[in-house]
Amino acid sequence: MSSKPRLTREQVAARAALELKDGDCVNLGWGIPNLVSAYVPAGINVFFHSENGILGMGPRAKPGEEDYDLVDAMKVPVTVVPGASYFDQGMAHLMTRGRHLDVSMLGGLQVAENGDFANWKVPDSKGSGGIGGAMDIATGARRLVVCMEHNTKDGKPKVVRRCTYPLTALACVSRVVTDLAVLDVMPEGFVLAEVAPGWTPEEVQEQTEARLIARGKVPEMPVAR
Amino acid sequence: MRNKIYATVDAAVADIPSGARILFGGFGGAGFPNNLIQALDRQGAANLTAVTNNCGSGDLELGILFKHERIANVIASFPGPHSHHFQALYAAGKVKLELVPQGILCERLRAAGAGIFGFYSAVGAGTEAANGHEERVFDGRRTVFYGPISGDYALIKAWKADELGNLVYRKTARNFNPIMAVAAETTIAEVDEIVPVGALDPELIGTPAVFVRRVVQVKGIRNVVKA
Repeated sequence: MSSKPRLTREQVAARAALELKDGDCVNLGWGIPNLVSAYVPAGINVFFHSENGILGMGPRAKPGEEDYDLVDAMKVPVTVVPGASYFDQGMAHLMTRGRHLDVSMLGGLQVAENGDFANWKVPDSKGSGGIGGAMDIATGARRLVVCMEHNTKDGKPKVVRRCTYPLTALACVSRVVTDLAVLDVMPEGFVLAEVAPGWTPEEVQEQTEARLIARGKVPEMPVAR
Repeated sequence: MRNKIYATVDAAVADIPSGARILFGGFGGAGFPNNLIQALDRQGAANLTAVTNNCGSGDLELGILFKHERIANVIASFPGPHSHHFQALYAAGKVKLELVPQGILCERLRAAGAGIFGFYSAVGAGTEAANGHEERVFDGRRTVFYGPISGDYALIKAWKADELGNLVYRKTARNFNPIMAVAAETTIAEVDEIVPVGALDPELIGTPAVFVRRVVQVKGIRNVVKA
């Protein structure tokens, strides 16, 4: 694995936040996506969706102001913004599965060049595993942005030709934001949209199993160093 | 007026037999019928099938029922990182698990309540969730058939009930509760407060009384959140 510095999880989240447009309704999953709400660009107003029944979820509740009937999907007491709504879990997933949200962001284990996505189970893992809302969210996403490290902790590529981990959904990923690059899933394969500051397309390719298509000079990811 | 109000949680669950299939509301520490669950544990019915999003948080939520090996089969979406008692039974082969995508779990319950014998969805196509299910292609898209899931009983939590059993929920404690309520033969609601008929705004009823057979007022156990 190259010893060059990679982006931090916060920097990946900050880059992912640039995917959001004013007025978007957005679901953020576990992992790096959970950090994205802190980096919504100034002047942009988005409505965060939580699969336990909130559209218009606000920041975490301040200490002493927690209401345990108002939590996010990770059990954390949260708040709501003006204009928010509450509904049941079925309505919440009608929104995810029925393509009603503008953007969904999920953490990932593997993304394949055909857009297949694995994020819920490591092969041969102990315990029961758990699907949760991931399959509904991924299958019904209008635009699924996967935010993850480019490689596993032991250096294996997570951007692959074909997923070998148990799948979450088929052909569902639009864009991948990693600590090395921004990649678009296109009919012809992964197109390298941006590289992390200090990295070349060739160096990113070395960390990637799938073939990356670079067209012209690939710009750097716009992140604060 | 048919009396649906029970004096205690123990009385409300007294007739649940061993082998029953029970739907449980609750998600993320909110909206669990914890007092009904603990009464069910005291009552001792075993060999139960549980339909639930998750499988307990330590001893809380469904945890106590797994700790005491009351549950033999589970249909769940996300057993969860704190479901220690469930995981121990699962590892020992003492409980069977069917994992269902969360939104599909909702729709299968709704189908049971709505007299719908199943539906096709692209969710789960090409994944382990489709194992054992019929597949069909619509407009070039792979889909999976899902049948209804009903219960003999549903144990749910609401904020307020009136004496007829109309229910009002609060914030994200709503979650699976109104979904479970429609899918069981006997729905039992634990509420913070029972109010007279007419005291609830009809515009705000989350579960109409027709779905609710039993109501019991309790000062609910509030879970400590373990994020």
